[in-house]
Amino acid sequence: MIIKGGFVYDPKNGVHGEEMDISIEGGKVVEESRDGDEIDARGMLVMPGGVDAHAHIAGAKVNSGRIMRPEDGRRGIEPRTKLLRPSTGYTVPNCYAIGYRYARLGYTCAFEAATPILESRHTHEELEEIPIVDKGALTLFGNNWEVLECVRDGDLDKLAAFVAWGLSASRGYGVKVVNPGGGEAWGFGGNVKGIDDPVPNFGVTPREIIRCLMRANEILGLPHSVHLHTNNLGKPGNYETTLETLKAVEDIAASCDRQVLHVTHMQFSAYGGTGWRDFESKAPEIADYYNRHGQFTMDMGQLIFGSATTMTADAPLEYGNARLLHAKWSNHDIELEESSGVVPLVYGRKMPINAIQWAIGLELALLTNDPWQLIMTTDHPNGGPFVNYPEVISLLMSRAKREEELATLHDLASKRSSLPSIEREMDWNDVAIVTRAAPARILGLAEKGHLGLGADGDVTIYDINPTDVDPSKDHRKVKAALAKARYTIKGGEVVSRDGEIVAVPQGRTYWVDASVPEDQAAKVRADLVEKFAKYYSIQMSNYMVQDAYVTHPRVVKAGVI
Amino acid sequence: MAEDVLCPFCGCLCDDIKVEVEDDKIVGVKRACKLGSSKILGHERTKAPMVRKDGELVETTYEEAYDRAARILKEAKRPLLYGWCSTVCETHKKGILLAEEVGGVIDSTATVCHGPSIIGIEEKGLAGSTLGQIKNRADLIVFWGANPAEAHPRHTLRYSSNSSGMFTSEGRKGRKVIVVDVRETRTAKNADKFLLIRPGTDYEVISALRMIVAGKGDLVPEKVANVAKADLEEAAAMMKGAKFGAILFGLGMTHSRGRYKNVDNALSLVTDLNGFTKFVVMAMRGHYNVAGFGQVSAWETGFPMSVDFSRGAPYFNPGETAACDLLARREADAMLVVAADPVSNFPRKTVEGMADIPVIQIDPFPNPTTLLADVVIPSAVCGVEAEGTAYRMDGLSLRMKKVVDSPYPTDEEIIQNILDRVRRLGDDN
Repeated sequence: MIIKGGFVYDPKNGVHGEEMDISIEGGKVVEESRDGDEIDARGMLVMPGGVDAHAHIAGAKVNSGRIMRPEDGRRGIEPRTKLLRPSTGYTVPNCYAIGYRYARLGYTCAFEAATPILESRHTHEELEEIPIVDKGALTLFGNNWEVLECVRDGDLDKLAAFVAWGLSASRGYGVKVVNPGGGEAWGFGGNVKGIDDPVPNFGVTPREIIRCLMRANEILGLPHSVHLHTNNLGKPGNYETTLETLKAVEDIAASCDRQVLHVTHMQFSAYGGTGWRDFESKAPEIADYYNRHGQFTMDMGQLIFGSATTMTADAPLEYGNARLLHAKWSNHDIELEESSGVVPLVYGRKMPINAIQWAIGLELALLTNDPWQLIMTTDHPNGGPFVNYPEVISLLMSRAKREEELATLHDLASKRSSLPSIEREMDWNDVAIVTRAAPARILGLAEKGHLGLGADGDVTIYDINPTDVDPSKDHRKVKAALAKARYTIKGGEVVSRDGEIVAVPQGRTYWVDASVPEDQAAKVRADLVEKFAKYYSIQMSNYMVQDAYVTHPRVVKAGVI
Repeated sequence: MAEDVLCPFCGCLCDDIKVEVEDDKIVGVKRACKLGSSKILGHERTKAPMVRKDGELVETTYEEAYDRAARILKEAKRPLLYGWCSTVCETHKKGILLAEEVGGVIDSTATVCHGPSIIGIEEKGLAGSTLGQIKNRADLIVFWGANPAEAHPRHTLRYSSNSSGMFTSEGRKGRKVIVVDVRETRTAKNADKFLLIRPGTDYEVISALRMIVAGKGDLVPEKVANVAKADLEEAAAMMKGAKFGAILFGLGMTHSRGRYKNVDNALSLVTDLNGFTKFVVMAMRGHYNVAGFGQVSAWETGFPMSVDFSRGAPYFNPGETAACDLLARREADAMLVVAADPVSNFPRKTVEGMADIPVIQIDPFPNPTTLLADVVIPSAVCGVEAEGTAYRMDGLSLRMKKVVDSPYPTDEEIIQNILDRVRRLGDDN
């Protein structure tokens, strides 16, 4: 296949809107293709397929969201066709809708942001049902008893061996840490209040958990860094915890050419104020820190007005949400490993807190100078569903649109944030970075997010001419074009055309197989044999995700040996 | 000897069973309870496919049985695809695809079991945990309308009142057990506190407990549903005083007067209790994979049960689209029953509805539904003769093993064969 004459944005390879051809053969970008297929992309925008590095799209908590929210399932219904399964849902779509909607947006890869090892089989059952996109899942480690014990004993090599084992057992891709220590404390209804607040019964602090897991991550040389959901997330004044956390790990170096820590959905961790009454943005402080510390990355966690379903392994946070909002509340504790919660809510334009939160996400993105430190996300479906990405991008590209929106919000959004004064407007190169190149680099996916030779043949063509559309003024055109890619190409095959899904290939599932020395692996096994005998409610032999649940694996090797 | 086999009987989904095999035949089962052993050891099987001719079931080939089943489903205007509790999730996936293909209604046995619990969850959400969390932490267990001593025999030892774990090393001695029921069950005999309530008064009793927990006990009358206020106050104090409490409820709550409102109220009680201490709640699911159908259906259709595909897109409205609704209204004009026995469990009026329409049964064993069936297709026993996924009562997914070979096709293969024929019939039209 040859994609002819489009304006190509491929930031990783230094291509900034040049008119050029892209050739794909055997699912990969090649020098020259001979199969004769041709797509005329003249006058259109060409980018690598989008990469979503943080979304809640598969697993027990996503399905809990569906089960407790039939009112959400009744939105976004599309009947089956000869080719397609039916679609349902807005914030918690069924598996098919997830794949189709990503493809329509021009996204070809999406990572589930949190899976406990014990329930990863379920996560993979759902990932298998999501069509078209490539995917992976980040595995939760921040409250696991084996992790807490290794941290307590200061045994980093054993911790690294356990992380390797946990990734393999869950068929997981990276190390996710959510409210470290807080999930264990929640086992008896408690929480931790900061990075130096000891975890009950284990005598370790969140600071130690984060540092040790980051060091274990680097011992193993994993493709992705630790992916952190900070302590105190969602609370007024939490920017101090966030900055304290970052300062606590400044001395740790990455083992390869990427960030050393990814802080996720930063919008929820950049709050000032002593309570909800004087709640305010501290995004400028966070962005300023990031501008001085290139080793850290973040994703936005942008808030979208309307319905959302919050779901996170931060169970005490969800309990707090439910109490505050008198909302439906689901909780799910996972023995020895994690806890989690789900709460549906509605973000209102006239709600002061929500309006300020909306501004914070945009401030973070626009005040962070280097777009390579940033991923555009809504923390689907916590800030809002991923189908709203075109809305977020058009906001980032247009100050006029931001002003139009601000005029419809509670006026505290303007008073308690710096957004009204921000002039910056992202250009197409920035957009290609924060939706493609940066998430791929941050995840460590070498064949994603760019169009160099050997890259995956995942290409999006948007029907918008960057030489005569001014995104600053024509933000409606931008949003409309991004919402329905002219073509989405996955592995060299057209999967979506003008919003119509035309092919449904099965994507691959990334997971990381990290090797460790046998003596360390044996130490971990001995611990686990005891844990299964005494504490787990299942047998160790039934624990690991079997190969039957990952039918199209893409195994990335890492490790010590 | 096959080790760590999963038991295909109840929602406990015990995964530590030892099965002795000689010459590809099962000769012994260890660790399982009586209910589980009897299923794994096997009993009378349907030997061959059968179709009804002149009022009698006569043996036939699988090919003819598949053809008949496909024709029945294809010709029906309102086919109902029901059951799914005693088969694996791989079958559920095919079943949902078949329901889409024939524009039918698919529903699980939850509809006559914990369906009201699911509706309660839709109202309030569910504060739960895995069973191991209860094993390791709970110092108070409340069995409400549930009798695990008879229905889930290994539950108490493996997961709840008699189990031991990290913070519960003393096992039963370190725990309190409250039982709420309408009669003194075997489970109640083992309780520290037993509340004998009048049938159909769960809602009142839960409300009274919520009042006392909220500090408004002075408004509660001296007796609620035959229970003295002092007993309720004692139970509420035990709940508030626990470090980690768990309410485990059964059909006594979901199928007495009030139904999903009882569950709604119980879920709210648990939310209230979390203002004081840690509390979780769980439905004691009956069949080993009835929970799995709800999971698969939710991720495939958006809804956990009672899904109507007649419009091409999933439509969910229990009360209108549940199996019993369709049969009671005499709306269903054909029925596929997979791994379940509605004739034994449905209200009489709905069974009468089944008698008038063609019924296809897929099951390893004959049961009262067989007597009404027009096509009977015997299958391999999942978890013994076929592998696949099942979800325990707490939502944990596990892989069931195949221990011996079977001359019978799996449920999944049978549905696939019917689906292929339905599609061919569609192409011919």
